[in-house]
Amino acid sequence: MDKLDVKTLDTLLSTFGPSGNEDRVREFIKSEIKDHVDELHVDALGNLIARKKGNGKKIMLAGHMDQIGLMITYIDKEGFLRFTNIGGISPTISLSQRVVFQNGTVGVIGSEHLESVKDLKLDKMFIDIGANSREEAEKIVSIGDVCGYYDAPVIDDHKVVSPSLDDRIGCYIMMETIKNLKDSPNDLYFVFTVQEELGLRGARTAAYRVEPDIGIAYDVTMTGDTPKARTMALKMGEGFAIKAKDNSMISHPGLKNYLVQEAKNQNINYQIEVLEFGGTDSGAIHLSKEGVPSSVLSIPTRYIHSTCEMVSTKDVIGAINYSTNLLTTDFNF
Amino acid sequence: MLLKDLCELKGVAGNEKIVRDTIKKDLESAGKKVTIDRMGNLIVSNGVKSDIHLGVTAHMDEVGLMVKGIDDSGLIRFTNVGGLDPRILISKVVEIGDEDVPGVIGAKPIHMQKAAERKKAFAMDQLYIDIGTGSKKETENSVSPGDYINFISPYQPFGNHKVKAKALDNRIGCFMVLELIKMDLPIEITGIFTVQEELGLRGSQVAANNLEADLVLVLEGTTCGDLTEVEEHLKTTELGKGPAISLMDRTSIYQRKLVDKLTEVADQHHIPWQYRRNSFGGNDAGRFQHSKEGTPCLSVATPCRYIHSPVSVMDERDFEGMKKLLTVFIEEISKGGIL
Repeated sequence: MDKLDVKTLDTLLSTFGPSGNEDRVREFIKSEIKDHVDELHVDALGNLIARKKGNGKKIMLAGHMDQIGLMITYIDKEGFLRFTNIGGISPTISLSQRVVFQNGTVGVIGSEHLESVKDLKLDKMFIDIGANSREEAEKIVSIGDVCGYYDAPVIDDHKVVSPSLDDRIGCYIMMETIKNLKDSPNDLYFVFTVQEELGLRGARTAAYRVEPDIGIAYDVTMTGDTPKARTMALKMGEGFAIKAKDNSMISHPGLKNYLVQEAKNQNINYQIEVLEFGGTDSGAIHLSKEGVPSSVLSIPTRYIHSTCEMVSTKDVIGAINYSTNLLTTDFNF
Repeated sequence: MLLKDLCELKGVAGNEKIVRDTIKKDLESAGKKVTIDRMGNLIVSNGVKSDIHLGVTAHMDEVGLMVKGIDDSGLIRFTNVGGLDPRILISKVVEIGDEDVPGVIGAKPIHMQKAAERKKAFAMDQLYIDIGTGSKKETENSVSPGDYINFISPYQPFGNHKVKAKALDNRIGCFMVLELIKMDLPIEITGIFTVQEELGLRGSQVAANNLEADLVLVLEGTTCGDLTEVEEHLKTTELGKGPAISLMDRTSIYQRKLVDKLTEVADQHHIPWQYRRNSFGGNDAGRFQHSKEGTPCLSVATPCRYIHSPVSVMDERDFEGMKKLLTVFIEEISKGGIL
């Protein structure tokens, strides 16, 4: 394939799904893939496990459905909402952003008057939904309600810009791979996980159930290609990345080498990722039960955990084509 | 078994034996069969069989101290077991080891402190315990490194429905689990009394691997910051406003549809309740929810001021409300329609 399915990707990116509230994302993914898989299961935490049967290796592919978000902790007399973070929310990035709740209510994030921007902390900030009193606000939202960044996705031939690319882009690559795959010799479990942003929680319980021979996560990763960026060898647009390490895992050397060799065989652009912080679902999968050889396919992404996360269209298409071919190989390493 | 009796037992994390033995005796005298796993968690069934299986859990351990060394002068140096603010330790009375050796926590007196020292609170390693001895040898006769140190603080009702005690976190939860197991509720309930929660949810990590339940209720005493200088939106819970129901904490995010069912039941029975309105802290739900294939959890707690100190304070009405809410909620579950 050489084009993105803009409609599907746009819907996936725009669907509400902060950690712990992934229902709508799950329902959308389910409706898209149900005719292309042999089994579908939703576990106790809400992970969607889609199986494409085969006689070969049992491979668990994981991409997380959840996005970072905010949860209301208090509603004041004037109708302003105080909040706590769900996952890695930056105060500076959040200021003046729009947020959307599950019921469609849109609010903006404001701050108390501060002498210095250094004093900007989440507990000095609030969400304004335009309500004039607590009573008015409580008719629209309640304590415990969650919201996520709200901004329209931009999708063109060069780039995709949107909140929640982390990790809907991973989900999208998996969905397209499922649709492209005709027959696979392997027993494939595509797991769309929950609560990754809160500490890889969904992947942990899903891996326990699946008991895979091999684990591969799909997620975003940082780049080092913007002006005066933190040193990192990855560039947006130079291909997807095969992970060597992050803070949650070191890739299984045999599997990593196999993934590299396969990229060479396919004559496709790839990069090697060394991430000095953070982690993703493979961190939980590789330590499940007696251990699972695992790695990660990453999409180099600028401005992660912001409203304008950015990836290269080419890298995404490359990852889909690579995955489709990869999963028909025998994984003997 | 009274809450008073449970609170006054010694049970610093890793040293829960007295609490466990007391709970075991109480359950056995009620005709329940108890098992204890290799970590020291106590597991008990209410003996009922039903399609729905409920777990109810509370940790037995409390925060405390441990002897780490003895000075030549005979003074005892110590470390914390679980999260303790060193600023609350000075001038507290304690008991050490199996022999309950009495001691007091002291520090350099104010007239001996340099001006700069007076401006800063003492760190843990500047404090010591005095057991009234005059030499290292004399102290060694009754105390040795590794001994557990417990606060002495009797359970005391005071003021307007208030109670002061040590270890309200989490003998409140233990009390609730005991009650729920001994009541004749028409549903299969497994009670799990865990160890070492205060050290990082360690007991529950093991206990969760031995449980197959449809829902686990994690019962706690929780933090309460309802005091004057705390801004309204930063108050986690408030005393007297009923049991606190968790939405999210450091170790779990709770399923909103289950939280909503619990609050609906509370409203139907006119039981006051409040959300636990902050996301810091964690509890055993973090293990039960994410072990094996995952088990949904709810967390209900009685708010406690000055938690993790010898003088935690709760409101008896919150405690009674928690007991009532748990009972009616479990009755509703047994009728079906909730799970």
